[in-house]
Amino acid sequence: MTDHLLQVENLRVHFKTYGGEVQAVRGVTFHVDRGETVAVVGESGCGKSVTAQAIMGLIPNPPGRIVDGKITFDGKSITEMSKKELLAVRGSEIGMVFQDPMTALNPTMRVGTQIVEGFVRTHNVSKEEARKKAIEMLRLVGIPDPEKRVDQYPHEFSGGMRQRVVIAIALANTPKLVIADEPTTALDVTIQAQILDLLRELQEKQQLSIVIITHDLGVVAEIAHRAVVMYAGVVVETGSVEDIFASPKHPYTWGLMRSLPRIDGTEKERLVPIVGSPPDLFDPPKGCPFAARCQFAMEICEQQMPSVTDFENGHQAICWLHDSRAPKIDELVAAGRQAG
Amino acid sequence: MSEALVEVKNVKKHFEIGNGVTLKAVDGVTFTINRGETLGLVGESGCGKSTLGRTMIRLYENTDGEVLFKGKNAHQIKGKDAAQFHRDVQMIFQDPQASLNPRMTVMDIIAEGLDIHGLSRGARADRVKELLELVGLSKAHASRFPHEFSGGQRQRIGIARALAVEPEFIIADEPISALDVSIQAQVVNLLEDLQQDRGLTYLFIAHDLSMVKHISTRIGVMYLGKMVEMASSFELYAEPLHPYTQALLSSIPIPDPTVARERIILQGDLPSPANAPSGCVFRTRCPKATPQCAAEVPEWKEVGSNHWVACHLYQ
Ligand SMILES: Nc1ncnc2c1ncn2[C@@H]1O[C@H](COP(=O)(O)OP(=O)(O)OP(=O)(O)O)[C@@H](O)[C@H]1O
Ligand SMILES: Nc1ncnc2c1ncn2[C@@H]1O[C@H](COP(=O)(O)OP(=O)(O)O)[C@@H](O)[C@H]1O
Ligand code: SF4
Ligand code: SF4
Ligand SMILES: [Mg+2]
Ligand SMILES: [Mg+2]
Repeated sequence: MTDHLLQVENLRVHFKTYGGEVQAVRGVTFHVDRGETVAVVGESGCGKSVTAQAIMGLIPNPPGRIVDGKITFDGKSITEMSKKELLAVRGSEIGMVFQDPMTALNPTMRVGTQIVEGFVRTHNVSKEEARKKAIEMLRLVGIPDPEKRVDQYPHEFSGGMRQRVVIAIALANTPKLVIADEPTTALDVTIQAQILDLLRELQEKQQLSIVIITHDLGVVAEIAHRAVVMYAGVVVETGSVEDIFASPKHPYTWGLMRSLPRIDGTEKERLVPIVGSPPDLFDPPKGCPFAARCQFAMEICEQQMPSVTDFENGHQAICWLHDSRAPKIDELVAAGRQAG
Repeated sequence: MSEALVEVKNVKKHFEIGNGVTLKAVDGVTFTINRGETLGLVGESGCGKSTLGRTMIRLYENTDGEVLFKGKNAHQIKGKDAAQFHRDVQMIFQDPQASLNPRMTVMDIIAEGLDIHGLSRGARADRVKELLELVGLSKAHASRFPHEFSGGQRQRIGIARALAVEPEFIIADEPISALDVSIQAQVVNLLEDLQQDRGLTYLFIAHDLSMVKHISTRIGVMYLGKMVEMASSFELYAEPLHPYTQALLSSIPIPDPTVARERIILQGDLPSPANAPSGCVFRTRCPKATPQCAAEVPEWKEVGSNHWVACHLYQ
């Protein structure tokens, strides 16, 4: 066995709704090593947050349920844990940061009390020690004047400061892993830059592993070591950030990169959108999920899900173009790369 | 030569928010938009972009200053002229879901603005069909309701509705912010094509500076109710003058892991527009502030050809 801190294997999550069963996550596999930042990217509804909820044991049941798969964290199987065991892991070993800091915070509770709530539960500390710890955490996440701020309420903080508080809560028990679901999406770019900087700095200080969920390829390039690209509940490509940006292997990844304008570009080029929209997860296609929007789609693509192709350095993609029997693959890939 | 379509002169929009407090959402901005161009407007949340757009289109009365549309004061025109203004100037909103009436069919939504023309049923349906095709939808969509569409499609419906009255000037307030990356490019290309074909003029408001740079001829940067810099989009990126613009540009994450950049991380948060700093509004976060910046308001000045900035460093 390898020493992955987190291993997600063939995860499948369904939700029962009035309209039928949503197959939100359809066989997701990836891992996170110690001290590593892994970005999960993809468009809205592709299953990023559900994957994160599954890792934290937070899939609401009903309507949701893990249909298949295994999640191993630090040698322990999360998918087999009792509610009580899960709560202990969440409180101390896995920290969480969500998109909207306001909903993550309790508006009626002082900021300091919220930060050390979990810490107090797991450590037998005096009131004074707890307050000291809260101040120390506020200082760690860069909030000025922490002695005064510790007794304030969330509404007295700005959006960026609230997200810092949420990060302080996530880190109070020195977790091994932080899962951040779109932590900067609700923030302005200048504040986003502050928060990304903070995460990077904390990672170095505390040897943290981070799973960051985002739809912004800029954020991925900026902060992650590796990326997991999801589409319609499936991982279509994964690899180091360098490899994925330099030589993406999946037509969806090519499409994403082409549809983005570059702020540092010097010429105005027409954007190349991906036509159409993602498939309905009530009744997902049996073949490649991207087939309906893919300009390279072949007959087999609609019939059968492609299998994983391994490239160098752990880089993987699922696409029929990489099958040895596929026609003119080099030309197609080269064309796609150029376009990317 | 470029011809001014919209002239914004020292426009202010203040809100009285109780207890005698005045929130200066827009506090004296001056600029011109030329016919056929796209002016991009960027700045942090709450800096006054939407308020400025809404004041320009007369959704808000102005507190001071004037907005001239084709030379006429938009806040003073009445009767027939006012009706014409409301056709000439249209707005597209951020949230296509919230801006479309869920109980109306796409046909009725798009035709709403046409109905004052008293078209026959057949002519009305033909026109809607034409508009749907123009924005990349089909006539089969006319009888459906907004919730049956994806975000990108709903934004197309919003665009078709705006185009129905044949406007000259469109204010697009975050038209793509709620859309996925792969869909954003579809809508941006559509807006560009429509501009080409119909000579439209746009005010394009957005957070995403990369997209604003892509679509705009010129860009204005706002901070706390003030315009702090305006230049051609190429020049603004190549040679930002205002310290806020410099920080803003350096904060944008670039989707390329091989690019290493010097980041200017701004300290602190945006002050409240109900209690803006004296002198230069940016001084509480500005790495280059001097005592003069607290005492004097920097003048809005043209410091290069078509390059405007409000900062004591350039006066
Ligand atoms: N009707 C109103 N009454 C009182 N204050 C208002 C009103 N409309 C806007 N404001 C305030 O005016 C300021 C500017 O708001 P505006 O909506 O123009 O910002 P914005 O730049 O469009 O921000 P965003 O990027 O978040 O859309 C904010 O402080 C806002 O709270
Ligand atoms: N509690 C729930 N009940 C029903 N469907 C859900 C629930 N949570 C998520 N889903 C569905 O699962 C799919 C993936 O959702 P999510 O993981 O939240 O997407 P994202 O990638 O945007 O984070 C979507 O189709 C979503 O509507
Ligand atoms: S498997 Fe086929 S449809 Fe899917 S991405 Fe590859 S080429 Fe396109
Ligand atoms: S006027 Fe002063 S505070 Fe304002 S941007 Fe210029 S240097 Fe900074
Ligand atoms: Mg999500
Ligand atoms: Mg706005």
